[in-house]
Amino acid sequence: MNHLDSLEAQSVYILREAFNKFDRLGMLWSLGKDSNVMLWLAKKAFFGHVPFPAMFCDTGKKFPEMYAFQKEYAEKWGLNFIRRDCPPIEEIDPTLPPAARSAARKTEALKRLIAELDLQAVIAGIRRDEEATRAKERVFSPRGENAEWDFRDQPPEFWDQFKTDFAPGTHIRVHPLLHWTELDIWLYIQREGIPLVPLYFSRDGKRYRSLGDMDITNPVNSDADTVEKIIAELRATKVAERSGRAMDHEAEDAFERLRSAGYM
Amino acid sequence: MTVPPITDMAPMKLVIVGHVDHGKSTLIGRMLHDTGSLPDGKMEAVKAMSDRRGMPMEWAFVLDALQAERDQGITIDTTQIFFKTPARPYVIIDAPGHKEFLKNMVSGAASADAAILVVDAKEGVQEQTRRHGYILHLLGLDQVVVAVNKMDLVDHSQARFDEVAGEVHKYLGSMGITPAAILPVSARHGDGLAVKSTNMPWFEGETLIASLDTLPPKPMPVELPLRFPVQDVYKFDERRILAGRIESGKLNVGDTLLFSPSNARAKVQSIEAWSVDGPVLSASAGQSIGITLDDQLFVERGNVASHASEPPVQTNVFRARIFWLGRAPLEVGRRYKLKLATLEHPVEVQAIERVIDVSDLSERPADRIERNEVGEVVLRARAMLSVDEFTDNPRLGRFVLIDGYDMAGGGLVSMDGFHDLRRANAPTSQNITAVETRITTDARWAANGHKSGVLWLTGLSGAGKSTLALELEQALFRKGWQVYVLDGDNIRFGLSADLGFAPEDREENIRRVGEVAALFARAGILVITAFISPYRSDRDRARAVAPDLFHEVYVNAGLAVCEERDPKGLYKKARRGEIAEFTGISAPYEAPEAPEVEVETGSLSLAQSVEQLLGYVEANFATKGS
Repeated sequence: MNHLDSLEAQSVYILREAFNKFDRLGMLWSLGKDSNVMLWLAKKAFFGHVPFPAMFCDTGKKFPEMYAFQKEYAEKWGLNFIRRDCPPIEEIDPTLPPAARSAARKTEALKRLIAELDLQAVIAGIRRDEEATRAKERVFSPRGENAEWDFRDQPPEFWDQFKTDFAPGTHIRVHPLLHWTELDIWLYIQREGIPLVPLYFSRDGKRYRSLGDMDITNPVNSDADTVEKIIAELRATKVAERSGRAMDHEAEDAFERLRSAGYM
Repeated sequence: MTVPPITDMAPMKLVIVGHVDHGKSTLIGRMLHDTGSLPDGKMEAVKAMSDRRGMPMEWAFVLDALQAERDQGITIDTTQIFFKTPARPYVIIDAPGHKEFLKNMVSGAASADAAILVVDAKEGVQEQTRRHGYILHLLGLDQVVVAVNKMDLVDHSQARFDEVAGEVHKYLGSMGITPAAILPVSARHGDGLAVKSTNMPWFEGETLIASLDTLPPKPMPVELPLRFPVQDVYKFDERRILAGRIESGKLNVGDTLLFSPSNARAKVQSIEAWSVDGPVLSASAGQSIGITLDDQLFVERGNVASHASEPPVQTNVFRARIFWLGRAPLEVGRRYKLKLATLEHPVEVQAIERVIDVSDLSERPADRIERNEVGEVVLRARAMLSVDEFTDNPRLGRFVLIDGYDMAGGGLVSMDGFHDLRRANAPTSQNITAVETRITTDARWAANGHKSGVLWLTGLSGAGKSTLALELEQALFRKGWQVYVLDGDNIRFGLSADLGFAPEDREENIRRVGEVAALFARAGILVITAFISPYRSDRDRARAVAPDLFHEVYVNAGLAVCEERDPKGLYKKARRGEIAEFTGISAPYEAPEAPEVEVETGSLSLAQSVEQLLGYVEANFATKGS
């Protein structure tokens, strides 16, 4: 088994554990590269099927290319696609810095979606290498009644035995990509031929490394217009992947506060 | 084939352990810097953070990404940090030294390929040095590099280094760990990490980074016997796919698999996969796969497929070395949920044999294992579990225990002193296959107008088992039920005529009764058995033959009442010593702990006892209209 085979096998194992343990389960599909890889892995795990809804919390501020992609692949991949609008910014905690406050709309929409579908668990495509607070995550990560994350008291997790017993009211985030790096994601996209939103590829000397809302996501300088070139670029870079995501950089603890409150 | 660039390789997983304040975080921060692995701007950010707090450059801040951590000044949780050397990529699992945080250390160390044990040159081996060393040993992590840190604080003294190195060597050696290297470093100054220290010319060994680069990654257990625990069974389309991960060994299309605990066999018809080129014909350890069988056996999550020649151990009782993380202590008599690979089953702590003090490896007897302690216990389950000795096959030899909702401990299986019970339940002949009957149990139930099963009456001699069994049989027969009593006499005259009353003969007798009762039950009959059956393990085995049909009935009259009744005069004889090993007098009776029914025949009249059992039978075996 090579490295990508091991990563795939581990993610498939996690997805199957989640599917076995939760009757009411949903997967977040943000339309980004990681969540496409995650859907692809679900099809690997369940032999061509995705046996739970693919959920999209729409801020209304995504790039047109993303909406087009969503339309095309929700159908092509035979997804049970569920889209919900995020609440307006006025309903969000005004003490958050502007970009973080904007991002927190998604948290609120997700909470409402969880309540609406009565979900026990949500599968999210976060990775440990993306950002320092995500590095502390568990594969099966419990959230309290208000979706909050207690990073100080996380359950033990070893030998691939995940927390699968919960007090009523607990909600679980499942993270099948936690052990992948950005480069792993691209190598896997290359090997499997996974389709992506075209914004990842360079146009006029710029490309997006990470996709969010149009107003709080910035492109990076790059001439990489193919998967191969992006891989070559990542092998050399020392710039953080989320450097183009404004909400991570407004304050030392902005992203930590977002996540403690239930952000992905 | 071209060698992939090192960025694309699987990272070597490192866990960094050691006593609090011995410099783990500083070592990590500095290692990231010295290998050129820090993202742009990170060093400046750390510098700014240090300045803001009026401190000199604090390398530990590289890790301290969380506000709360910086306030406490200690690393809170297991973090994963990536870095690379010219030889390969690494991922560091930073395990905090603070005592309460053992669970985080275990969470990190359990998946590591190797460990760096950091020891303060001034303080030497401390309590957590020993504790962490022991946990590494317990988790089977035997590749350890020891960094004797803060050499600058002992004037780079070779004598002090040799002293500390000797101390570490001795402790690790007592657990059978030979460190891959013990080296002197000053993490704060980058001395001995990526470059050789000019302050310690007396040290002839390699740098820390160079010795890490020589460690081999943990191999996948491909060469061990096949273990394929079933994770789930899917029927998304016309295929019935058994999904799971191969924990060890290999399997091929066409292989005959033996499923435990049922002992059923079937051939692998196909290995299913989505979006791959061409058919998959074989798979090996580490792969998450799906297979179809040539025979539609009943298989469910937790069953283990192996090759018939090298099956896992089957047992309902085993010994285990436990590390305990639970808030409430582990205690004798308590029940926990065991999770072993995909198997989940309740177990009871039958005994705590010893608690091990990991700071000096001394042992003491105890009736509880407290949080953060290690001990040896005997665990018992009600059904047959498929396990391996940890030393034979770690993948099926390790488990976790769940207390309530929480993962409260981990353990390693030892069969020392216990038998593999597979042979007793498995056919000796290899040339037999299960015949698939054309009449389902459901159809038999429908025809009879009631369900079938085994009512296993257990209790002391004189408790009233036979009387109760015969009364109940008569009452049910009058209502038109298919019912039959198995008791000592009709079994001992024929089926067990070759057996005496020695312990192994009694055990075999009960095994036969269990098998016969299960056959009757599958034939649609409600069987009532009336045997003292004093041993829990024998009753558990009888239950394991037909777990879904088995109902344990504890006929409880109390020893005093039974001895006073003494219908056959046996107690008197036993008291006079004329009967050896008489249950209740000179041999133990292990009362059921969670019987489906308990009938207190000491205080109830016969009619009341029969009434109670009839009620239970009506509630559990009656179908509509019966």
